[in-house]
Amino acid sequence: MTEQTKPIVEIRNLYKSYQRESLVVPVLFDITFDIAAGEFLALMGPSGSGKTTLLNLIAGIDRADSGSIHVGDIDITTLTETELAAWRANSVGFIFQFYNLIPVLQAVENVELPLHLTVLTKKQRREHAQMALSMVGLAHRMDHYPGEMSGGEQQRVAIARAIVTDPTILVADEPTGDLDRVSAEEILSMMERLNRDMGKTIIMVTHDPRAAARARILRHLDKGYLNDAVGQNPL
Amino acid sequence: MLLAKILFRNAFHNKLRSSLTILGIAVAILAFGLLRTVISSFYAGVEAASASRLVTRNAISIIFPLPISYAGKIHQVEGVKTVSWGNWFGGIYIDEKNFFPNFCVEPVTYFSLYPEFVLDEKQKKDFLLDRKGAVVGRKLAAKYKWKIGDTITLKGTIYPGNWDFVLRGIYRGRDQTVDETQFFFQWTYLNEAVKKIAPVFADKAGFFMIGVNRPDIAADTAVRIDAIFKNSLAETLTETEKAFNLGFLAMAEAIVTAIQMVSFVIILIIMAVVANTMAMTTRERTGDYAIMKTLGFGAKDITLLIFGEALVLTMTGTFIGASLTFPAARIFAAELSTYFPIFLVSRTTLYLDLVAALLMAFSAAIIPARHAVRIRIADGLRRIG
Ligand SMILES: Nc1ncnc2c1ncn2[C@@H]1O[C@H](COP(=O)(O)OP(=O)(O)O)[C@@H](O)[C@H]1O
Ligand SMILES: [Mg+2]
Repeated sequence: MTEQTKPIVEIRNLYKSYQRESLVVPVLFDITFDIAAGEFLALMGPSGSGKTTLLNLIAGIDRADSGSIHVGDIDITTLTETELAAWRANSVGFIFQFYNLIPVLQAVENVELPLHLTVLTKKQRREHAQMALSMVGLAHRMDHYPGEMSGGEQQRVAIARAIVTDPTILVADEPTGDLDRVSAEEILSMMERLNRDMGKTIIMVTHDPRAAARARILRHLDKGYLNDAVGQNPL
Repeated sequence: MLLAKILFRNAFHNKLRSSLTILGIAVAILAFGLLRTVISSFYAGVEAASASRLVTRNAISIIFPLPISYAGKIHQVEGVKTVSWGNWFGGIYIDEKNFFPNFCVEPVTYFSLYPEFVLDEKQKKDFLLDRKGAVVGRKLAAKYKWKIGDTITLKGTIYPGNWDFVLRGIYRGRDQTVDETQFFFQWTYLNEAVKKIAPVFADKAGFFMIGVNRPDIAADTAVRIDAIFKNSLAETLTETEKAFNLGFLAMAEAIVTAIQMVSFVIILIIMAVVANTMAMTTRERTGDYAIMKTLGFGAKDITLLIFGEALVLTMTGTFIGASLTFPAARIFAAELSTYFPIFLVSRTTLYLDLVAALLMAFSAAIIPARHAVRIRIADGLRRIG
């Protein structure tokens, strides 16, 4: 029973500062909190409060000054760059505000991209990618290039790319920040389904209340401090 | 495979920029190739020189002749196999701009010294039997549409008057490196005429052409030849044919050096252009590289993407430029055969093209690749939007 309640992410006393020329700018102060497996967490806060920085640390694309981040059984702050890269490839799915698809690759090729670092064969990669694309309702746009798709469609391709490796956690940084209302709702519903139906743990950064309303747990960052209050949305 | 796909598509993603860069590289490589060919055509005579041929001339200057009696004495020297001789005639065909080299030579020995001049046996016999006979290179004959049996009149500059010759033979080169624009006639024809007009200038040779038994004894043989004429009225200077031909180039050396420098400057300029293109495209792709790193791709992959893209550009441009060099050189050769009888794109030029392509790609990719590898992912991602 204890195994089941053990959080998937444990963050302890996390500090982060940036070096700007000779100036040290502290951004995160003593962040400590847990994220349960299967959670859909919205990390909120005003612009510049350190949301992206915190998400990047959890996702292993940036380094903390001190503190620890356990994801599963691994303290990712102790990993080398190479280990960290391999860990990311295995364990994290990424969704960004600006989709970040490779413009010269077709939708299906973009989704296949992370699978090139796995042992899958070419055929298996294609099958996995097609499956992921149909899950986001884009099976018919497989061979389209990002430039030929709307923002909402591109973000759906990005979601397919994020889930195709079946990662431990999904991180999303302002996933609806660049989208119109309708597309945004679509993307949020999709993320909701990923969490509810497939049990994906999602950590989403947003300052849009409408997006936050879809999450189950809300946490607030303010000027680098995590607010103790934990919001909870009704299911 | 995936990386190859990405880098190829990246290279041609911005069509206008890629085309302009490739065009620039192609033009630079073409210019580079033509200039290198001009340089090697300068040295074609030197390259074609045989290591077992010596040239003996008057030690004071090439413009002073030597007594023909020297031939017999040279023949006695150890190591000497064949002795021939000749004079620079310097005749003009109709107009001064129709320049081509014309000599009188002792024909039997001369052609035996130059096996690279391939002459039909029948034509050779006709030439030897005709005192006024002439043998010319295939290119020269083609240029002035001369046929066997034609009478050709050269206006003498050193030897005044109009000189008529009958074309008896057309030689061709054993290979492409042989000059096919020369004009030869019989030394005796000139000598007999000179005897009548100015006897003091008769029985003289402008140069002796000597064949030695083996290339490795050429230097020693040259020293022995000069030794016998030491302290005589006309001292000699004997050197290998290569050194002799190089001597003629001494004056042109400065020009050759200048051309050489220009050819490298062209490559330097295009290196800067390619570097600029790569700097622009990689800057635009900062986010792409960041996302690939995010997904777990390593420094090696990013480096490969950037170097690969640069190589695709420079190799494409170089391939086009190098391919164009051949037809361009043919046109050049046809137009300027008077100045550059041998105008061939050498293998070395193609290797240099390849080296230039690699250099361009390397110098253009190194800094962007370092930057893309070093930039922190978070910073790379922030650049988007
Ligand atoms: N690479 C960086 N160098 C210096 N300062 C940075 C860097 N990245 C972020 N910051 C600063 O850190 C603070 C938090 O940024 P960020 O995490 O992006 O906030 P949010 O995502 O909440 O808007 C801001 O003041 C920002 O200017
Ligand atoms: Mg942010």
